[in-house]
Amino acid sequence: MRAPTIPLVPGDDFSDDAVLVKALTARDPEAFAYLLDRYHAPLVRLAQQYVPNRAVADEVVQETWLAVIEGVGRFEQRSSLKTWLFRILVNIARTHGVKEHRSIPFATNVINDNEPAVDPHRFRRFALKGRGTWAQPPQPWSEPERRALDAEARVVIEQAVDRLPPEQREVLTMRDLLDWSAVEVCDALGITDANQRVLLHRGRSKVRAALERQYGEGRYA
Amino acid sequence: MSNYVCRQFVEDVTAYLEGTLPDAVSVLVEAHLADCPHCREYLHQMRQTITMTRDLGDEDVDAMPAAVRERLLQAFRDSTG
Repeated sequence: MRAPTIPLVPGDDFSDDAVLVKALTARDPEAFAYLLDRYHAPLVRLAQQYVPNRAVADEVVQETWLAVIEGVGRFEQRSSLKTWLFRILVNIARTHGVKEHRSIPFATNVINDNEPAVDPHRFRRFALKGRGTWAQPPQPWSEPERRALDAEARVVIEQAVDRLPPEQREVLTMRDLLDWSAVEVCDALGITDANQRVLLHRGRSKVRAALERQYGEGRYA
Repeated sequence: MSNYVCRQFVEDVTAYLEGTLPDAVSVLVEAHLADCPHCREYLHQMRQTITMTRDLGDEDVDAMPAAVRERLLQAFRDSTG
């Protein structure tokens, strides 16, 4: 979901945080409608990563909106409004997720360094000229150039994301599904850039592996 | 051929795509990629993975039901901030 770049109300450029916050503080319903229309879908998408089903995700998002209504008067613009909004969602969603046994506790940045991107058994100890050290190299996927996102590929990716450890799922959702920058993710989650990158790397590596299992000619386990 | 190996590349690929590798390592990676078709394929697959995940993210989730939207807007109007 790319955010609309054109302000919904001509004259009031709500894409400018300062303008938007001022309007929200003044209880301008157009400003709140803008916020709803712009962020509802990504909020739902992110909430779904913490809780078991869409119904609970909808609940989490509604709670978030109510918290926004209550709290926006106290928003101090030390972060972007977007970051503030998603932080509220993450807190509420994690609380629900813990209840549903799906989420990790707060403030853990568990990085398991014993988590190779590719099974070490697929590599040789020594390089062969022009072939690197791959013993079982990645095979091109079964469609030339780029596999379109058909229903099957969608399920493969969704299931792979769903099986990720929660911290990896959280970062991968923000970076790749929601297309946030690294800075935005670090800001929303309060983690370092290095942590962010490792979690993203672990997550992406597993999604790639899942696609390889489905589409690689060799079908590596 | 340098000592930079494929096993290392598959761990560095995200930092490489993010542009956060130290220059010295970037040079090793570029040299390795020039030499290793399998790691070029691996890089290609990581890029495909990212693109496909983004495409999935671009798909719309259902819009907010009109009744819910109206209720939230009403709650906003009623609130005093």
